Amino acid sequence: MEQGWKQLADGVELAVNRTDKFKTGLFSVTLTVPLEQNTATTGALIPEVLYRGTRNNPDIERLSAATDSLYGASLGPLVRQRGESQCISFLCSVIDDCFALDGSAVLEPAAKLLGEVLLDPVTEDGRFCRNYVKGEGANLADRIQARVNDKRSWTIFRLAQEMCAGEAYAVDKLGDAEEARAMTVQRLWESYRAMLGRARVTFYYGGSARPERVEETMRNAFAPLMTGRDALVECNVIAAPKGPVRTVVEAMDVTQGKLAMGFRTGGVTMGHPDYPALLVCNALYGGSANSRLFLNVREKLSLCYYASSMIDKLKGLMVVSSGVEFRDFDRAQEAILTQLDEIRRGCFTEEERIAAVRSVVSGLRGRLDSQGQMEDDCITRVIHGGRPDDGAALIRAVKQVTAGQVAEMAGKIKLDTVYRLTGKGEAHNG
Amino acid sequence: MDKLNYAALRETVYHCVLPNGLNIYVDARPEYGKQFAFFATRYGGMNLRFRGEDASWIDTPQGVAHFLEHKMFDTQEGNALQRMAAQGVDPNAYTTPSMTGYFFEGVQGFEENLRTLLSFVSQPWFTPESVEKEQGIIGQEIRMCEDDPSHEVYYQLMEAMYVNHPIRVRVAGTVESIAKITADTLYQCHGAFYRPGNMVLCAAGSVEPQRVADIAREVLGQGPTSAAVTDLGQAEPPEVSSRYVQRAMAVSIPLFELGFKGKPAPKGEGLRQQLLGGLVCDMLFSSSAPLYSRLYEQGLINASFGGGYDSLPGCAYLMAGGESRDPQRVMEEVLKEAGRLGREGIDQTLWDRLKKAAYGSMVRQLNSLEDTCFELAQAHFNGEDFLSFPQCFQSIERSDGEAMLRAWCEEGRAALSVIQPGG
Repeated sequence: MEQGWKQLADGVELAVNRTDKFKTGLFSVTLTVPLEQNTATTGALIPEVLYRGTRNNPDIERLSAATDSLYGASLGPLVRQRGESQCISFLCSVIDDCFALDGSAVLEPAAKLLGEVLLDPVTEDGRFCRNYVKGEGANLADRIQARVNDKRSWTIFRLAQEMCAGEAYAVDKLGDAEEARAMTVQRLWESYRAMLGRARVTFYYGGSARPERVEETMRNAFAPLMTGRDALVECNVIAAPKGPVRTVVEAMDVTQGKLAMGFRTGGVTMGHPDYPALLVCNALYGGSANSRLFLNVREKLSLCYYASSMIDKLKGLMVVSSGVEFRDFDRAQEAILTQLDEIRRGCFTEEERIAAVRSVVSGLRGRLDSQGQMEDDCITRVIHGGRPDDGAALIRAVKQVTAGQVAEMAGKIKLDTVYRLTGKGEAHNG
Repeated sequence: MDKLNYAALRETVYHCVLPNGLNIYVDARPEYGKQFAFFATRYGGMNLRFRGEDASWIDTPQGVAHFLEHKMFDTQEGNALQRMAAQGVDPNAYTTPSMTGYFFEGVQGFEENLRTLLSFVSQPWFTPESVEKEQGIIGQEIRMCEDDPSHEVYYQLMEAMYVNHPIRVRVAGTVESIAKITADTLYQCHGAFYRPGNMVLCAAGSVEPQRVADIAREVLGQGPTSAAVTDLGQAEPPEVSSRYVQRAMAVSIPLFELGFKGKPAPKGEGLRQQLLGGLVCDMLFSSSAPLYSRLYEQGLINASFGGGYDSLPGCAYLMAGGESRDPQRVMEEVLKEAGRLGREGIDQTLWDRLKKAAYGSMVRQLNSLEDTCFELAQAHFNGEDFLSFPQCFQSIERSDGEAMLRAWCEEGRAALSVIQPGG
């Protein structure tokens, strides 16, 4: 695999992972803007409205017909939160030319179509179509309100909102439901034009095509975006909790409780020298099937159906997520904290450290077998000033993490906020 | 091993049958960093009744296959899941109505982990204490699923569509049914279904095909080849059990699944019916077909709407669902459109385009080692050759789609399941 990165204009970049491993190529265009309360809704809504139709293919049916004709090119919008940025993307996966039954090239027409989706929408009086804005505004509002349906992710989402209240991180990347429902064509159109001129632009391609072919294709399909812009991407990392641990309890009609615990990682994030130790520490604590939380809290103590930890590598957070019986909230929380304490005190075996290192290494290497994960990793890196990377240096560093470094890292991880989702009528147990 | 070449897909699969009856498929892809192995038995949540050694029928509680899946990881030497996780691989398992599969994926130590996988799945070790403890863990899993609206809306549809077929039965069982499971039940079911001749081993990624076969031969040795005969209950009538079912849960807008009860594919026709059923669903439910745009523009569906074909031994159906403020209107519109297409015929250009798109999506799916192995295993159990799909597509005509629409998509075969906000 070869990696390449090229600046096409100030704030406009192309990242390429060239590999023959897959039967498809994946390309994306990402517009990155700061995550802010007053632009989050428009940022999330714009790609949905764009995806309704272009001048040449003005409705869903014709747009889908166009992708179907390109052997089911899978094209769609994606809004991601990366640190304190909102990344508004379109991704497109196309089969390699050699599988096309009529032998024609697929990448160029697919990129051209995506260029039209992003830059040449169907318009009414020189702006977005009223019906599309109204319809997609309602859909986005529904999606925001539907977050609550999945209690596991809802609990994590609520924890992040409570823990980072007042920080850009707590802004919902999908924006606000009421604002989405009430969106005007004028406001959305102005935000769209402003975004095209101001956002950082990242093109990505992973697949078998030569980088020169990719660059030429992107320059042709997205010509109006090749203008310089000043687009700084930032994320404010708060190293330690500002005060004592906060606990938030909410009740819903559920039969099982959910517990989420948010920690600050002492300022350790993706590029930090201690980042490899953080990865190993997380794997040992709750990030693998061999972890302390899985083995002790779930299996040995049977205190919960699931218990795992994950990190946000940009914001410097660790979150433990767990499903517990209402009566076990306190015991589960205590057991979860006890395990972290043991790691801080170095009470883990060499076998556990080796297993955690292996789990991290497997995870990192395995991501190179997935086009979607490669895209996601690459976007996350390059928008924060990094370069496309095959992960080899990080893997080497992870392998060298010592037990002492893991314990020291665990010592920097501090509990900030606890969120409990309990049953209605159970609040006294929460 | 036999070498099966699929030139159109640029794939080569190695296949052999061991003397003990185990079928092995290996899709070697040296360019991948990962290795993936999948070991599965043709035994799932719907196999509740089977013939014992003495030819008498044995009835088992709901949820045994899934319970076994959890307990198989226990070995006399400790928990295999943790042993493999300690090797840096990611082991897991799942149970469907018709199959239980165990798998791992990793980037190192493939042979050692393959041995562990084959050995813990083939050697049962249960104690009354460990069974009792698992009843607690699975009980929590069952309750968690009962809080999941997308899980409930699916089972509610199956209960509405089917009168007798055990697809109605929850794979994990109920808190009450799993309370009846003992170590003896587990030994008995393992003995009946975890036989090499009733199983398949698929591997993909940077693996050496012959080594996979050698290790399997070594670890599994000789064993009973044939599996127990199962009974899937009384014959299923063509009509649904009830046309509409609903209940309230904590959702923001109504969640629905609608289904058309079809006919199981004749022997050897499973892949063809799967592709055809998928195309008919695309005709009805995909965004490039007329109905989707109409419903979407009327605000009756949103981007969560989608559908597909599914089948199990003894049943086959088309299903679609998502969120909607008025699921009954969606159902009416789908029935109307199916009727229209059956009467007036399918547009040839649209049909050809949908075929092209479906073919492309299946090519894309082969990027995934997991999906490739799952499909190879599934196809093996159905007696099909999954990677022949490019040729199979060519044999499917527009008239086949019209015939399926007329035969399957009518009121007596249709059911609607809704989860209403509230609860």
